[in-house]
Amino acid sequence: MEHITKNQFNIVIVGTGGQGLITILKIISQAVLIEGKDIKTSELHGLSQRGGSVEVHLRFGKEIFSPLVKQGSADLVIALEMQETLKACYYASKQAKTIFLVNDFFIPIPGKKLLGKSAILKNLEKFSQETILIPASALCKKQTGTPVTAGVFLISLACFKNLIPLSPDSILQAIKKIVPEKYLELNKKTWLLAKTKNL
Amino acid sequence: MEEILENKQGKEIMLLGNEAIVRGALEAGVQFVSTYPGTPASEIGNTFYKIAKKAGVVFEFSTNEKTAMEAAAGASFCGLRTLVAMKNFGLNVASDFLLPLVYTGIKGGMVILIADDPSCWSSAQSEENTRGFASLSHIPILEPSFPQECKDFTKFAFELSEKFKIPIMIRETTRVSHQSAPVVLEKIKKGKIKAKFVKNVHQFSTMPPRVLEMHQELLEKIEKIREFSEKSTLNKIKTGDPTSFMNKGGRVSFASKVGIIASGASYLYVMEALKELNISLPVLKLGFFHPLPNKKIQKFIGRLKKVLIVEELDPYLEREIEILARKANSSIEIFGKNVLPEVGELKPEYVISAISEITGKKVNLNFQKHIQKFKKIKLAKRHPNLCPGCPYWFVFSAVKKAAPKGTIFGGGIGCYMLAGFPPHNIQDYLYCMGSSIGIAHGIKRISKQKLITFIGDSSFFHSGIPALINTIFNKSNPLIIIMNNSTTAMTGQQPHPGGADTIKIENIVSACGVKSLKVIDPINTKEMEKTIKEFLNKKEVSVIIARRPCVRLKT
Ligand SMILES: Cc1ncc(C[n+]2csc(CCOP(=O)(O)OP(=O)(O)O)c2C)c(N)n1
Ligand code: SF4
Repeated sequence: MEHITKNQFNIVIVGTGGQGLITILKIISQAVLIEGKDIKTSELHGLSQRGGSVEVHLRFGKEIFSPLVKQGSADLVIALEMQETLKACYYASKQAKTIFLVNDFFIPIPGKKLLGKSAILKNLEKFSQETILIPASALCKKQTGTPVTAGVFLISLACFKNLIPLSPDSILQAIKKIVPEKYLELNKKTWLLAKTKNL
Repeated sequence: MEEILENKQGKEIMLLGNEAIVRGALEAGVQFVSTYPGTPASEIGNTFYKIAKKAGVVFEFSTNEKTAMEAAAGASFCGLRTLVAMKNFGLNVASDFLLPLVYTGIKGGMVILIADDPSCWSSAQSEENTRGFASLSHIPILEPSFPQECKDFTKFAFELSEKFKIPIMIRETTRVSHQSAPVVLEKIKKGKIKAKFVKNVHQFSTMPPRVLEMHQELLEKIEKIREFSEKSTLNKIKTGDPTSFMNKGGRVSFASKVGIIASGASYLYVMEALKELNISLPVLKLGFFHPLPNKKIQKFIGRLKKVLIVEELDPYLEREIEILARKANSSIEIFGKNVLPEVGELKPEYVISAISEITGKKVNLNFQKHIQKFKKIKLAKRHPNLCPGCPYWFVFSAVKKAAPKGTIFGGGIGCYMLAGFPPHNIQDYLYCMGSSIGIAHGIKRISKQKLITFIGDSSFFHSGIPALINTIFNKSNPLIIIMNNSTTAMTGQQPHPGGADTIKIENIVSACGVKSLKVIDPINTKEMEKTIKEFLNKKEVSVIIARRPCVRLKT
């Protein structure tokens, strides 16, 4: 795999404020720390959290300097919302063999006509090696009773599918460390769901 | 227990830059912390708010940045180590106090943390660069690049502050304060100083002729700190690839004719760029922005043909280096803002392109072509919006219904500035905290146009009260709507004096002599509309306090 030779792995996670991006960023970071690799993340707080577009970056491997993923160099884009995937194309490219792992889920923008699914996928094609579309919100809702863990589902699945070079067990350990007691069962269940979906 | 309070030496934990500042202060034995919220500095206050009791630290959300800095200084005068944190704009508010404070100096170590926000990720009003305060106030400024340095620099700053009896500023930018990385912990030190103010008019009272002496003493102090900065390992030469640059003694060999100078987040992009381009060039990493280690810089540039200064926003460093180069190496070619943008934050790809341009090294990906391709995508802009159930929905809709065509709408900084986005579109001006009322007064003193101006409750306490009093004293008649959601919402629901009914806003307003005053729950839209219509015809200033808590306060 490309990322092994270059000693670093670049992830961009996109979605909208309120979709829990910072929590999933923390979970992956903790998992990386457990595996003893260097890591830097970049998050944004503030106005964007009021339902605007949110984008967080995570880079890990050997000797990481920049917290920001540079243009066209993402190994993996995780998108919690379809429309937002388009913004992540800035960080993606065929050259980097970017993979998109996308929640098949739309959050409308009032008063605006958005691109449809097929048009979005066509765009992604130009910037990636592969797009994996999964109805994570719907799946989580059906299996765990709530769509809020869609992000945790996607990162767990990414590890099970070997899209992130981290062991799924590290993710589970990280979930136990990061997620508040109250929501722990739900998140563990979500991790298990990702495991079964990968079978 | 919160992980940030863990007292295990050598343990490595993930910390946000801002959390690392907190940890550094704890390891330095900080005893007093004050702040007024402002992103990207907010997490410092938020973290202390959570842990202060357990950590045995006196903490407060002050009414504004000036009172926060004054409080921290008072505690420092009593011998305690103190930290005050704010965003860049806060320093403008506090600067009237900052300048004489740097003159007099302090007693207990005092660290002033300022967070800048290039690209305005969580700011509205300007891309302010706090480096400007170095020449204005002479305050020493340190610039960390990543969380470990945030912690270490903070600890160091307390020591430097006590050694030279001067407040030290740490300047972060968004990509430092909101960057997470592993940080190796050291022991937390419980500050045990017993507060005592020892009178010393010679130090604490500015007035001519003493104040001029103080000015002279300050300049001398800065030169001493500069000598310190010359020797400090905070300013050091790093290389893209140490093996090709260090000879056996570990000294840098200047085989290269191109060098780079950077600090803060810019330094990280430089190192990334060198890795990406697979070249090694000497890099001078500056931990001190002020005072600069002039000799070290002159030595560094002395043997180079070209030097690239990588810095965000204004070319402050570049100008300094131009001056230093006149003596050290007048033929050197200086690159900076001619290859990097002056507006907006830097990104690693900008630095890669700049270095590629100067060295002729080829870039792997054609950024230009990639951007062209990206720009072809039809992106829909997703505006931030008020939370579902936010009381402001009701205020804005009542205002839209009741205000006649042509009414001017004054905006202020806070969640209520979303008035400027669809579907509301009722914001004709927006500047800074408190100015919504100040400007409204100016307009209404000389114009008959109808005007409604909004101000948040935290903003009202921060800087709205003097502006309200001005409308009364100088007789104008705007309609002021105070958005009384009981919290400083935009920055993450921090408490303020009007929250737990400590101070009732209506008592302040009526004490100022405002007769047309009503407290209304905005969900009573009929009453809101009726009152707006009525108040818009008043000859004197009128105030509606729209009182209903922020929905995020409950969770
Ligand atoms: C001088 C200064 N300090 C801090 C900030 C950061 N800031 C932006 S919005 C805001 C909150 C204002 O709270 P409030 O007026 O109650 O409005 P709300 O967000 O609750 O609507 C703050 C503190 C700023 N912009 N300027
Ligand atoms: S945080 Fe509070 S004040 Fe801000 S939009 Fe949400 S409900 Fe309204």
